[in-house]
Amino acid sequence: MSQKPSDLLFGDLWSYAPAPESPSHAKYDKRLSHYIDGKFEPGENFFPVLNPATEEVMTEAPTADAATVDRAVRAARVAYEKYWRPMPGKERAKYLYRIARMIQEKARELAILESMNGGKPIRESRDVDVPLAAAHFAYYAGWADKLKYAFPGVDPRPIGVAGQIIPWNFPLLMAAWKIAPALATGNTVVLKPAETTPLTCWKLAEIIQEADLPPGVVNIIHGMGQTGAAMVNHPDVDKIAFTGSTDVGKIIQRAIAGTKKRLTLELGGKGANIIFEDAAIDQAVEGIVNGIWFNQGHVCCAGSRLLVEESVVDQVVMKLTHRMQTLRVGDPLDKNTDIGAINSRAQLDKITELVQAGVDEGGTKHQPVCELPGKGFFFRPTFFTGVSQSSRVSQEEIFGPVLAVLTFRTAAEAIEKANNTPYGLSAGVWTEKGSKIFAMAGALKAGVVWGNTFNKFDPGSPFGGYKESGFGREGGRHGLLPYLDLGGC
Amino acid sequence: MLPSSSRYVPPNSPTIDEVSINERVDKLGTRSIKTTAKIQGLKLCIAMMDLTTLEGSDTPGKIETLCQKARLPITTRDDVPQVAAVCVYPPMVPIAKAALAGTKIKVAAVATYFPSGQATLSERLDEVRRTVEAGADEIDMVISRGDFLQGRYDKVHDEITRTVEACGDAHLKVILETGELQTLDKVRLASDIAMDAGAHFIKTSTGKVQPAATLPVTLVMLEAIRDYYQRTGRMVGMKPAGGIRDSKLALKYLVLVKETLGDAWLSPDWFRFGASALLNDVLMQLESQRTGRYQSDRYFSLS
Amino acid sequence: MSDTVTPAGSGPRLQILKTYKLFIGGAFPRSESGRYLQVKTAGGRFMANIARASRKDFRQAVVVARKAHEAWHKKSAFNRGQILYRMAEMLESRSSGFQAMLVEAAGYGPESAKAELDAAVDRLVWYAGWADKFHQIAGNTNPVATAHFNFSFPEAMGVVAVLSSKQCPLLGIISALAPVIVSGNACIIIVDDPAPTIAIELAEVLATSDLPGGVVNILTGLRSELFVQAGSHMDVDGVFAIGSDFEEKKKLQIEAAEAVKRTFFVDDAPPSQWLADNRQSPYWILPFVEFKTAWHPIGV
Repeated sequence: MSQKPSDLLFGDLWSYAPAPESPSHAKYDKRLSHYIDGKFEPGENFFPVLNPATEEVMTEAPTADAATVDRAVRAARVAYEKYWRPMPGKERAKYLYRIARMIQEKARELAILESMNGGKPIRESRDVDVPLAAAHFAYYAGWADKLKYAFPGVDPRPIGVAGQIIPWNFPLLMAAWKIAPALATGNTVVLKPAETTPLTCWKLAEIIQEADLPPGVVNIIHGMGQTGAAMVNHPDVDKIAFTGSTDVGKIIQRAIAGTKKRLTLELGGKGANIIFEDAAIDQAVEGIVNGIWFNQGHVCCAGSRLLVEESVVDQVVMKLTHRMQTLRVGDPLDKNTDIGAINSRAQLDKITELVQAGVDEGGTKHQPVCELPGKGFFFRPTFFTGVSQSSRVSQEEIFGPVLAVLTFRTAAEAIEKANNTPYGLSAGVWTEKGSKIFAMAGALKAGVVWGNTFNKFDPGSPFGGYKESGFGREGGRHGLLPYLDLGGC
Repeated sequence: MLPSSSRYVPPNSPTIDEVSINERVDKLGTRSIKTTAKIQGLKLCIAMMDLTTLEGSDTPGKIETLCQKARLPITTRDDVPQVAAVCVYPPMVPIAKAALAGTKIKVAAVATYFPSGQATLSERLDEVRRTVEAGADEIDMVISRGDFLQGRYDKVHDEITRTVEACGDAHLKVILETGELQTLDKVRLASDIAMDAGAHFIKTSTGKVQPAATLPVTLVMLEAIRDYYQRTGRMVGMKPAGGIRDSKLALKYLVLVKETLGDAWLSPDWFRFGASALLNDVLMQLESQRTGRYQSDRYFSLS
Repeated sequence: MSDTVTPAGSGPRLQILKTYKLFIGGAFPRSESGRYLQVKTAGGRFMANIARASRKDFRQAVVVARKAHEAWHKKSAFNRGQILYRMAEMLESRSSGFQAMLVEAAGYGPESAKAELDAAVDRLVWYAGWADKFHQIAGNTNPVATAHFNFSFPEAMGVVAVLSSKQCPLLGIISALAPVIVSGNACIIIVDDPAPTIAIELAEVLATSDLPGGVVNILTGLRSELFVQAGSHMDVDGVFAIGSDFEEKKKLQIEAAEAVKRTFFVDDAPPSQWLADNRQSPYWILPFVEFKTAWHPIGV
């Protein structure tokens, strides 16, 4: 059915006034410190930490050199032998519950810091990131003294010292995803946040100190790629957990070859969001919006490829166009902002380059008419029509608010296209026919399949990829596996 | 069993995912309406209000008080608009008409043996005609829920078209009684049928059955209106009624309209609140904004 | 090897020698390279020239395995269990023959040969029983906080390359094969042990077990030549390496990184240790599955 362009007007008849969250509630130092062996210690070689919405320098963070990494690993080793491994599970549990509760107490401050430092809208930090982070600690706290029930026939043991490297898209939440299961299972941790987003992890270190966690159980150090490499290469680290790009994941997998180290990787994705003609279309459109424009598209499991059954593509594109008009791009600290700042200049350049490639390859670019703030790293939500399976925008992970719209005619074709990628992290399926949901869930090669929904997370729900999206799971009972030794079997 | 003369084919209404609608409502509910936006929104709420009294115990005196409040919601300031309409039972129409003379406020009346609708079609149409003759500008009718739930969509459609005719120049709002329809799928279908049949407005509820208006139901109806507009080019208005008692909630409804249908629907011509207690709550909020003090209801006249 | 039977009065009868080829796609092709390796009996006598598989053979086996995986993982779990059970039936019925082979080709004593066959059959039966139960201890529903039904379940990863035991020529292979295929994977087993003819004899058992061709492929040859393929081939999903030394393990892990391939290493052991219970486990099935988590709203 071909539609004339709609003439719904989403204008300024009644415009939302600015509704800023005040940054004054959030306290942070002008210089951040490492947190090693239960103490904050000053570092060296400071690098600036920006607010991507204003491009202003918020603070500076130290770079941990090999010697600092070594100290952190040693502190973690001592803590493992002396405090943490011998501690009964139910005592470990109580520490984790403390951390969860303190995150809830400081929820507002953490949300503000996350938005200021990372660029994501305050509504997301407040309603998604911070509550889920607290929930992860609380969930895994409950497993700490029940491990012998987790895997039938086995009484598992911890591994030792875990080195954990996390990305900039959900800093606090990724720290929770890493630290909580590691601690619950009896391991100790050295964690490094991404260099552009150290603030909430630094704040988490404060919480950990206030929770009186024994020194060395969690160590949070700062730095860039070399610091991460030093952690990966340290001979006394038993396990590496990495979330980030597929390219770096492969480098790490090679680097630990021949060592005793265990590894889990949570890497990139190019998730397919599949809409059948018998979908609840308005809700499916909402799912698309959620899938690619939530968190500025900085989500490994973003639904960045839209596969629409051809009979409804015009309708979907029209609704998507309308829906894009009501997305508000702007100040992350404004409570009405839907799309905040892109995390860094580098990421903005990459998105811009790939979008230009999309245009150069002959695709049609769709963006809403809206003003962007004068400074800061911002990008309008975008989707492409007129692109194919082999276009760069359909294949490469853009990690920005950019969607490629493709069509299909049969379920088999949808499956084939969806699976035709080295990635395999997530997929979405929209149809009101129940048997089709189950059929698609079975056929899609992805670690997470969202049926008639998208971007749903829960500490009890295992998350992770197939193929080059990584291996190992985070969340749920399966999230314990990467941190356990199942014994002599 | 379809009668052989049935020509009406019910629309191919989409199914609606309830969880997703609830999520969308929750997310839109986080919109923060402050300062100028709040004041503008609150005034819009008043301008969109159908100030309502539909009690067995209504008397001419009650109606006159209501109309007085409608004309002058608050005496201590002059920047507050009058309401869009008053909504009364048919016998009260002449009283309301007289009490509102000289204003632009419409007189809306419920008809078709509101709220149950349990009467013959000719009885219902007759009531509509009499009420319009008595001066009603707008008629709020109820659909036959029994026929709808039996799948007699042709009958439901037919009754609405006949009622549109009986209204003459008066506008017709079609009440779906969403609390009795229960699922969002059915709300969507009923909306589509009512619009196909020529409704000027679709309305959630009589207010006599719980649940009355809710945000999810309203969102579904607004989406139905949008699709209908896309298909036919004809605008249809929307009215949630019952259970909207405070300003915060009313503003959430406005957000739904703004972000689903856009500017064109943000006017009393296309959106109404069926409410009574809401008016004073809005006035209290406006006064809070103006004075910086939280208010007490003793300062606000009853309607 | 059958005994020579001399019909009375006609002189000694010459035995037919078996040709040992590769096992790919349910058939027994020669190596495309035409190369061979000479194998002797435990007593030092010439026994056979077995195929020396090349990387092209490996590549072909991967193509075949990938195709076979599609159908194999779509079978019901119960069906896969039945097929593993049939493998046990076939092996049991040939038990005495295999025991004799272990003695002649691998130098076992008669008691250890019997113990190994008993254990091999029993182990196949054990894994057959896991086929439709493994999910029940590995998967579960997850009680998420929103109105969604959420469940996690295991799926076979696809194609697994196995570097089998260098010390245990029958039970070692079965102990790797069964946990890999029971979940729906197809595999390519690289065999390089002192008695590789036994692996091809085992292939005959597989070929008569209703096991679809290509689910198990066996390549005899030099592990040192072939192991890199296991790590580097971009269409192999996982590697199961038994008894890797440090160099092999490191090289495999480096190669595997190119496709973010999953690797699982287990120490090798002499045959007597392979009999033990700790050499069979559902947690040998687990490294070769992927966990998928699915969500769906609950509403009317």
